[in-house]
Amino acid sequence: MIEISHVNKWYSPSFQVLTDCTTSVTKGEVVVVCGPSGSGKSTLIKCVNALEPFQSGDISVDGTKVNDPKTNLPKLRSRVGMVFQHFELFPHLKIIDNLCLAQQKVLDRSRDKAMAKGMQLLERVGLKEQAQKFPANLSGGQQQRVAIARALAMDPIVMLFDEPTSALDPEMVSEVLDVMVDLAHEGMTMMVVTHEMGFARKVANRVIFMDRGEIVEDAAKEDFFGKPRSDRAQKFLSKILSH
Amino acid sequence: MFANLDFDVIRRALPYLFFEGMRFTLTLTALAALGGLVFGTALALMRLSGHKILGRIAGVYVDFMRSLPLVLVIFWFYFLVPYIGQWVTGASRPISVGAFASSLITFIMFEAAYFSEIMRAGIQSISRGQPAAASALGLTYAQTMRYVVLPQAFRNMLPVLITQTIVLFQDTSLVYVLSITDFLGAASKVAQRDGRLVEMYLFAAVVYFTISCIASFGVRRLQARIAIIR
Repeated sequence: MIEISHVNKWYSPSFQVLTDCTTSVTKGEVVVVCGPSGSGKSTLIKCVNALEPFQSGDISVDGTKVNDPKTNLPKLRSRVGMVFQHFELFPHLKIIDNLCLAQQKVLDRSRDKAMAKGMQLLERVGLKEQAQKFPANLSGGQQQRVAIARALAMDPIVMLFDEPTSALDPEMVSEVLDVMVDLAHEGMTMMVVTHEMGFARKVANRVIFMDRGEIVEDAAKEDFFGKPRSDRAQKFLSKILSH
Repeated sequence: MFANLDFDVIRRALPYLFFEGMRFTLTLTALAALGGLVFGTALALMRLSGHKILGRIAGVYVDFMRSLPLVLVIFWFYFLVPYIGQWVTGASRPISVGAFASSLITFIMFEAAYFSEIMRAGIQSISRGQPAAASALGLTYAQTMRYVVLPQAFRNMLPVLITQTIVLFQDTSLVYVLSITDFLGAASKVAQRDGRLVEMYLFAAVVYFTISCIASFGVRRLQARIAIIR
């Protein structure tokens, strides 16, 4: 589904953020990307739907090359759902309109169809009653659930999550993770940047560990948590699991 | 000092002042603000597009317009437009544009320079995550601007935009150099005809002051309301 091969990215000639990153996500797979901050994991996931450009290497999604200038990026992105750290709901639109905008403008769905789909997804994330409110009236956890519903409204073939719970108060983390776990169990293909190792243990098929712009470890979940090969991954795990 | 002033002259001139003069002033203000906003937003988008040439053109235009006194622009434009029109259409004689069209075009072009800076600040006030989220949903650049960025930028900048429109409302009085009957022009004509300069100019000042004051008060109310919503 997602093929990443030999991706390099520089912010400036002396500052390389991604170094020769190669990995893949197959259909129905849940891949968790973790690593210390500044390790390039958010940058890598943003390269997948070309929100961040990269200088060399290739990424393709469902057979379409992301870095090909001829690729219709809006069309490709409409099939790749993305959830951001800071939710990024559109504050001037009601919740339901946040879900309808792209359905109507990108997929050309009728208002009625988009509304029906939107309400169905809001119900699924438990926020049907909030449809007529504005984002500012919702808690962080609720906003992030709306953001997931907004991405799902486009019927994506794969979902990208960029630290979806890092900006949330602790008591709101689980309500968002529950939605993501459900999604994983339904067979959604997911690439998730997160520090939530509990989530990784529960639903991930593979774990990718990144450090200083490199993919240091790319292993099945059991292997990664059981016995990480690299020193850096061991250190990282012992640090975040010691509490 | 006010002993030999005749304020009745104002009462007699009221219909003329408001139905002729003020109507022109308000029409010009509204159309110029609208046109200036549209053109100004286009300039702002050009500057923010990241396109070198487009950005440069818009930048030079804005700096140029903001470095000239408005009254000069009005004056020059009135005399130049007929010849520019002739040159563009290839007509044999200068094209007569009319004082209203000429002044409207001038104000739109002039105000666009100011509105574009306001809109530029408004667009830059939107966090980068917003256009990123819109792109991630598959919206094109134009759709992202139209449905996500500009509505928010416009809302954030509304108080400043209205304040600039109040300034524009006062600036429209400069069309007197084209002998147009705007509110001040009408007052001036009556003043000259009846030899009542002090009364008429006093009255004109009071009217401009009152309208601008009420509008400014409205802006403050609006600001307070927006502050609560956000």
